[in-house]
Amino acid sequence: MAATGFLFVALVLPLAMLFEKSFRDHDGKFVGLANFERYFGTPSLVASLWNTLWVSLLATCIVVPIAFVYAYAIRRTTMPGRGVFRALGLVPILAPSLLPAIALIYLFGNQGFARFLLFGEPVYGPIGIVIAQVYYCFPHAFLILSTALAIADRRHYEAAEVLGAGRIRVFLTVTLPGVKYGVVSAFFVVFTMVATDFGIPKVIGGRFNVLATDVYKQVIGQQNFEMGAVVGMVLLLPAAIAFAADRWVARRQVALLSARAVPFEPQKRRGRDMALLAFCGLIAACILVVLGVSFWASLIQYWPYNLSISLRNYAFTNADASGWSSYFNTLAMAVCVATIGCSVISFGAWLVDKTRGAEFLRGLVHLLAMIPLAVPGLVLGIAYIFFFNSPRNPFGFIYGTLAILVLNTIAHFYTVAHLTSLQALKQLDPEFESVSASLKVSVWRTAWRVTLPVSSPALLDVWFYMFVNAMTTVSAVIFLYGPYTKLASVAIVNMDEAGFTAAAAAMGCTIVATSAAAKVLHSLLAAWLGRRTQAWRAR
Amino acid sequence: MLYAISMSQQPYLVVDRVAKHFGQFQAVRDATFNVNRGEFVCLLGPSGCGKTTLLRMIAGLETMSGGRIIQDGREISNLPPTQRDFGIVFQSYALFPNLTVFDNVGYGLHGRGKSAGEIAARVDELLTLVGLPGEAKKYPAQISGGQQQRVALARALAISPGLLLLDEPLSALDARVRVYLRHEIRALQHRLGVTTIMVTHDQEEALTMADRIAVMNAGRIEQYDTPARIYAAPATPFVADFVGTTNFLKAKMLAPGRIVSGGVEIDAPTPDGANPGSDLRICVRPEDVMVRGVGDGTPNRVDVTVEELVFMGAFSRARLAGPGGMSISADFSANLLRDHSIAAGARIKVALPAERLRVFAG
Ligand SMILES: Nc1ncnc2c1ncn2[C@@H]1O[C@H](COP(=O)(O)OP(=O)(O)O)[C@@H](O)[C@H]1O
Ligand SMILES: [Mg+2]
Repeated sequence: MAATGFLFVALVLPLAMLFEKSFRDHDGKFVGLANFERYFGTPSLVASLWNTLWVSLLATCIVVPIAFVYAYAIRRTTMPGRGVFRALGLVPILAPSLLPAIALIYLFGNQGFARFLLFGEPVYGPIGIVIAQVYYCFPHAFLILSTALAIADRRHYEAAEVLGAGRIRVFLTVTLPGVKYGVVSAFFVVFTMVATDFGIPKVIGGRFNVLATDVYKQVIGQQNFEMGAVVGMVLLLPAAIAFAADRWVARRQVALLSARAVPFEPQKRRGRDMALLAFCGLIAACILVVLGVSFWASLIQYWPYNLSISLRNYAFTNADASGWSSYFNTLAMAVCVATIGCSVISFGAWLVDKTRGAEFLRGLVHLLAMIPLAVPGLVLGIAYIFFFNSPRNPFGFIYGTLAILVLNTIAHFYTVAHLTSLQALKQLDPEFESVSASLKVSVWRTAWRVTLPVSSPALLDVWFYMFVNAMTTVSAVIFLYGPYTKLASVAIVNMDEAGFTAAAAAMGCTIVATSAAAKVLHSLLAAWLGRRTQAWRAR
Repeated sequence: MLYAISMSQQPYLVVDRVAKHFGQFQAVRDATFNVNRGEFVCLLGPSGCGKTTLLRMIAGLETMSGGRIIQDGREISNLPPTQRDFGIVFQSYALFPNLTVFDNVGYGLHGRGKSAGEIAARVDELLTLVGLPGEAKKYPAQISGGQQQRVALARALAISPGLLLLDEPLSALDARVRVYLRHEIRALQHRLGVTTIMVTHDQEEALTMADRIAVMNAGRIEQYDTPARIYAAPATPFVADFVGTTNFLKAKMLAPGRIVSGGVEIDAPTPDGANPGSDLRICVRPEDVMVRGVGDGTPNRVDVTVEELVFMGAFSRARLAGPGGMSISADFSANLLRDHSIAAGARIKVALPAERLRVFAG
């Protein structure tokens, strides 16, 4: 089956190769755990493992409570402006992780204008990493918690109230248990994101080493592939644990919501609403300030000496030889990823859901489709180096081309797209195919006439999800770009490294503008589609 | 089963020892029955007894673990659904939500060498047939459940199938619509003469609609017969219990044709294979408990006390306590209650007519 083949080439084989590589020495001899011994015997490497752990934990413990309150305000209160706050809360998704890090340098760096807020502590290092990660991870935590808070049965609250429970007691006994799974899930997702993100520590980490930057240094800097593989395996660990824990919690979560649940309607409570409005206003302001600073930074000539405004930083050739071409590479890649990914993934989901027989293969596809969620982009990136660089690989020719970037990015974001498609298909009557068979109509015709039109909103979502993620991704592709396929996010890393911070900010803003435009287009298309299909969806 | 071997009487569908396993679980065991051309057959049984599974095997939507199915002289056991000749209506109707009523009904007519005009004419004809002219432009979500049901029926009939399969087609509807559509479907089936198998768990539906009923229990067909015989002469205690209401009375065999229950000796047809002294169960329907003209000399007479009378509209259901802890439900019309001054606490004489009793081992 096509989907199995795709997942094997794009995911399983590269990861297997990485796994194998970590047990071999430079000449390919099997050395057992020797590489791991060497790793744990190198104090600097172990130190960055430790650094990664505590920084991730700290950032997670900051971002989850903030996102919870923010999501609570939007889902469970009558606070004014909930729609606007929801949109603003998602803004950081549009930017690559590098951008908030750059903005923080302008704010709190050696010449930053808000430096005094750090009381002399340098922003380069853990402080900067944690702040930037909080910014970058916030929308992800917010989305998960918002979904968890969206569903509630009013009757539980009414019952608690009738029984005379106070507000705090209701919160502790009704609200929290209902969203426990969401909170745990948000915690693990954020922890994994922070632990495996490469862009932020690269830009603002200074001398503070973490696992993600170690991999980069070992592989790109020292060409020490074995050690890179080992660090990759270590990096796989927190993500794999988080993934397993997430599944475990999901299984224990009983469905609180029966089909006959009465939707929760928040009551007006002025004091609470105003307090939350202040809180959300503050968070939204921070989000906008960071974005605004990046934009402003991209326009000033030479911080802090020449503050005149110009578009000169957008002439990227001054800072990076590939100039605008890296942006167009990214755009081309994102369109390919979205289009090919959307087709392959939804077709795979269709096969899993709608075909009969080959139970084993269908189960396998579904299982494999879950793996990318647990594999950090960075790890997938090195795995690709090993796999596609291998002289024995018949697909080796795609190394250094746009194709490998597309393949890698599709694999990287496979899971969410797969689940979205699958969920859309599951909402269709399972007997459509049986009806077609009885009418002697081929499954393809039914797929074309019914399944595809009915699930088109989900396909649209998948397309834009893939597009925006492909626009902003950096961690995997940094290992895979070739001389002619440099991407915008890679250019940001390079320009920042070379000291062209303003140009890096300008590139970041270009990406944000593109993603934002895509988002707007998405809403317009979704509305148009909604109107077109309104006739038959209407009751 | 022996059938006269003449072409005209050859059954249209032969289901022969068909079985289905899901792993260790046996969903259908040795199902055997024949359906004649133009006949309306119901598969009746409680939820989970394997009705849908059996129907889906006839359609080819589920593979068979054993047995064979012959339709119109052709063995179809291993054919995929596309190579069989049937139309099907599901419990959920499975109407295509994004297509109009017209397109839904015409869905199977495309790609058969018909012109657009011919298709339109056929769809109109079908919509008129099911009583929905003028609804062609609407989408499924815009019509009522009963109308959706009829669209699904029209879609299934569009390709003029030799066999119509209905899986609980009425169970999603309101009680009133359900009763109305029972007659509609039956009349339509008569008019078209299409051989039909309908799955239902509603005994009233089966009794009013079917020519023959296959009563299923735990994957097995317990009885296959006309509604009247199923009701009057249930073959097993399960059938007696599932179809209509019935009293079960514990009894012991005295001699062939003679049993004793609660100390009362009764004439009744004893089952084959039972010996004097074996435990038996008597089945008697509440409406068969006789009061009129019962005297001291009436056979199978029982003296009872009326413990409770529950008004049920056209009749009242009485709980009667007899000797030896015997408890019988009986249905009495208002007339009877008046004529015999029956009220709670009254002591009366009733008879259990031998020809209405079914006796099972047990
Ligand atoms: N695909 C399946 N896998 C395992 N068990 C099944 C499957 N389909 C049906 N069953 C089981 O077979 C039994 C009969 O199911 P079904 O034919 O749907 O019952 P009915 O239609 O009489 O309610 C049920 O116990 C059901 O759980
Ligand atoms: Mg069923």
